[in-house]
Amino acid sequence: MNLAKTFSKGIINENPLFRLMLGMCPALAITTSVENGIGMGMAFTAVLLASNVVVSLLRRIIPESIRIPCFIVVIASFVTITEMVMHAYAPALFESLGIFIPLIVVNCIILGRAEAFASKNGLVPSVMDALGMGLGYTLALVTVSAVREVLGAGTFLGIPIIGLIDNPALVMILPPGGFIALGCILALLNKMQQKKAQSN
Amino acid sequence: MRDISIIVISAVLINNIVLSQFLGICPFLGVSKKVSSAVGMGLAVTFVLTFAGMITWFVQQFVLIPLEIEYLQTIAFILVIASLVQFVEMVVKKTSPDLYKALGVYLPLITTNCAVLGVSILNIQKTYGFLDSVVNSFANAIGFTLALVLMAGIRERLEDADIPASLKGLPISLITAALMSIAFMGFTGLI
Repeated sequence: MNLAKTFSKGIINENPLFRLMLGMCPALAITTSVENGIGMGMAFTAVLLASNVVVSLLRRIIPESIRIPCFIVVIASFVTITEMVMHAYAPALFESLGIFIPLIVVNCIILGRAEAFASKNGLVPSVMDALGMGLGYTLALVTVSAVREVLGAGTFLGIPIIGLIDNPALVMILPPGGFIALGCILALLNKMQQKKAQSN
Repeated sequence: MRDISIIVISAVLINNIVLSQFLGICPFLGVSKKVSSAVGMGLAVTFVLTFAGMITWFVQQFVLIPLEIEYLQTIAFILVIASLVQFVEMVVKKTSPDLYKALGVYLPLITTNCAVLGVSILNIQKTYGFLDSVVNSFANAIGFTLALVLMAGIRERLEDADIPASLKGLPISLITAALMSIAFMGFTGLI
């Protein structure tokens, strides 16, 4: 597979959230504002990139039978580093993402990519894979959080939207809103895919 | 005693781990197709989560704090949980083959269940004592089981329902979860 394809598959065809249905917890929990969505996406991409690089470089050294614990230690180390960097340089974001930063460790996407891609491929494809998957997940988070912030708070990135700001549907930024927004987006994507399949 | 009952009610109903804190969504959506498997998964999680709550509390108080390496919390906890799951699996396999048959397939999945790590970290963040930590872990696990079994019951019925093609599968499950979440918000005034 060529590099451009490795990069772009994560964005649409194998989008981790919308297609593979992985990493649902943060996608429902922190998507109350677009800012959180972008912050989470960046933290996630950083961890995924670093873990893919290390796993790819160590792929001949790590013994087959204990590879999963090894991957988890690698991922957990980078999550800790990311957590400390965010605590130091982005304290507001650190506060609002809260427990979901350490929980990047158990995000199935990162372990999944380490197991399915980085442990079988060289450095450059692994980097492209991480960037594509990271970007795809970030875009998905931003989509969900844009729907929730616009409808639930009447703002976009904190900027008020005329007509919506006076009477927002508060439920969208409360927990049920996460389920509703993601459910409707997935239904819409299904619908679009069915249309496409019919016209072909 | 009053504190403990408040912890239990708040963890099971008001701040339900799945429906309002969004932890453990993957098994919630993945293993909720049948009531019987939902009960199995719920039991396995209850088992592991309660033990994880105990052990991570000890690790935090007697290893990480005395050595002043609290920043290694994430790594330490995930390793503890991963080995705990493995250990529980071995013990259950040896001592009770029946229980192993019932829980077997769900146990390995629990390592990556963010509810286990999440509750362990929350126990420390809320500066709970030992008893409170154990009670909170257990109550959260019961909350998880409750949400999972309710969801499975609804999804069994949904199988026969006539729903639009594009809503089939995950979208309708998410919208069902949204309605459950709204219902659980009604418990807010309980305490």
